[in-house]
Amino acid sequence: MTASADVTAALQGKFPQIAPRASGDHPAINVPLAEAPAVLKSLRDEHGFDFLVDVTAADWGVDASPRFTVFWHLFSTKSSAYLRVAADCTSDAEPVAPTVCDLWPAANWHERETYDLLGIIFSKHPDLRRILMWDGYPYHPLRKDFPLAGIDTPLPDLEVGEITKATAKPAPMMGGPFVASSGEMNLTDAEPSAKDESWTERRVKPASE
Amino acid sequence: MATEHVFSDSAAKVASAAPAEFETEKMSVAMGPSHPSTHGVLRLQLELDGETVTHCDPVLGYLHRGDEKIAENMTYNQFVPYTDRLDYLAPLANNVAYAIAVEKLANLKVPPRCEAIRVICCELARISSHLLGLGAFAMDTGAWTVFMYQFTEREKLYKLFEELTGARFTTSYTRIGGISRDMPAGWSDRVLAFCDQFLPILDEMLEMLTRNKIFMDRTVGVGIITKADAIAYGLTGPNARGSGVTVDLRKDRPYSGYEQYEFDVPVGVTGDSYDRYLCRGEEMKQSVRIVRQAVKNMPSGAWFAEDARKIFAPRKDKVLTSMEELINNFMIVTEGPQMPAGEVYFEAENPKGALGFFIISKGGGVPYRMKIRSPSFCNLSILPKVCQNNLLSDVVAILGSLDFVMGECDR
Repeated sequence: MTASADVTAALQGKFPQIAPRASGDHPAINVPLAEAPAVLKSLRDEHGFDFLVDVTAADWGVDASPRFTVFWHLFSTKSSAYLRVAADCTSDAEPVAPTVCDLWPAANWHERETYDLLGIIFSKHPDLRRILMWDGYPYHPLRKDFPLAGIDTPLPDLEVGEITKATAKPAPMMGGPFVASSGEMNLTDAEPSAKDESWTERRVKPASE
Repeated sequence: MATEHVFSDSAAKVASAAPAEFETEKMSVAMGPSHPSTHGVLRLQLELDGETVTHCDPVLGYLHRGDEKIAENMTYNQFVPYTDRLDYLAPLANNVAYAIAVEKLANLKVPPRCEAIRVICCELARISSHLLGLGAFAMDTGAWTVFMYQFTEREKLYKLFEELTGARFTTSYTRIGGISRDMPAGWSDRVLAFCDQFLPILDEMLEMLTRNKIFMDRTVGVGIITKADAIAYGLTGPNARGSGVTVDLRKDRPYSGYEQYEFDVPVGVTGDSYDRYLCRGEEMKQSVRIVRQAVKNMPSGAWFAEDARKIFAPRKDKVLTSMEELINNFMIVTEGPQMPAGEVYFEAENPKGALGFFIISKGGGVPYRMKIRSPSFCNLSILPKVCQNNLLSDVVAILGSLDFVMGECDR
């Protein structure tokens, strides 16, 4: 752990805005979003963190500000140390983050996935397309305002949808994950059959706009 | 009749004399999503110039089930069955990786016996996964026999898994803080018996391929990944080690007591498909070594962390006799385990590579955000680069040598 404290201290000399981040395990730092590529480059070239494990993001909720935080996990193939780098997105409505594809080609797909599922736009990304959902899918499913039951959307193939009049319907949520909440409420609300009952066999599923 | 001869003769002459004058155009081919060599539902959008691949664009997501969204909506133990379905060729290893990640968040230490059983599970899962990878790879390059041999061996492993966990395939064996049950009586002897008979058969299987002219022609020098590329593209597991990257999390970041076991990490030199095959073959032998040591030095005692009983699963016999335990059980079942807030990341050396779980907890019974870092996803991201300028038939060999599984890739 001392070696990682050294890394933070050394980085702070070059980038004074870096602050340590609370973490349950590996050392972690907060960086301003604009400086993230420079910090990551410095970590790669000067501190031996040559392996980009993961790029991801978290949505802190519709009302939170900053709403989105981007995470990079780095690993050193030499010292086997991990480091977590986090940066808050400045815009809550249209989160934008700088790409690190030029530092690690591995970031390409990770950033596409983060864009796909959380809607974070990686500026200057060479090929920012959806990767897990289909092209033209209108939502970002890992955002907190997206319901677990899903939202009725047109089929990926519009021609087929036009002829069959079918839409992409996920499975109903009845019998889904069981989670109860405490507090002064009646039993039906406290112990629903599924956590997300926005669409059940009794209640019609919300249609897309 | 004579004129016909002249005609065909001259046509052949024209073709051989001036092939450059023929107009060619690139062809777009969709390989998959239901192609036998894509091992699941991967689609490669290929652009071909004759038989040479000029551009490769992998299309993923056919098996996307939204596991990360689902994880945000259920308690920690409820998610264990979903981990089975990540890398469905090594569910036991996924169970263990997930359990250790959550235990890290909960600050739990599992007893040594539990750790040793988990190591046996991981290594047997590694053998099972590598066997299928090997068999499918051999079949893709034209060797049927190995495929049949390895399924016989995997069947024996599945019998062992069934005896241990109650399920052959979707094991859901771990619980946060332990495992669902102890080893049945005599199980470890049967594991040793499997190891004893497995090694000669493994040698026989590898003998069929290692110096096989056809297999070598198809794999040696095909799909070379340099060491620098392997690191830059985030490759892990045998795919990275085949390229000479000496990273094995079991050695470098030992978890679950891996530091007690003696084993070697095979590393390739050239990084071609053949090296990746050799690494997998040797890793199975090393897995047998680890399993034997773990069985031999199996600690006695508890196989479930006592602290975890307060958070996740009180003893059932106490629940039915003691009021306090009954209330505790009720709270855990209805509200979920009460976990500390925090951010943890843990990755384990799974058969396919480093499977990581990044858990953000705000306290309470469900994770606020859980990111699954899947090795197959990262390993596949190098495909556009490796397939470029290779023959179409070599793409099949490269896919086989990368040994990915789409359940994990698409999550």
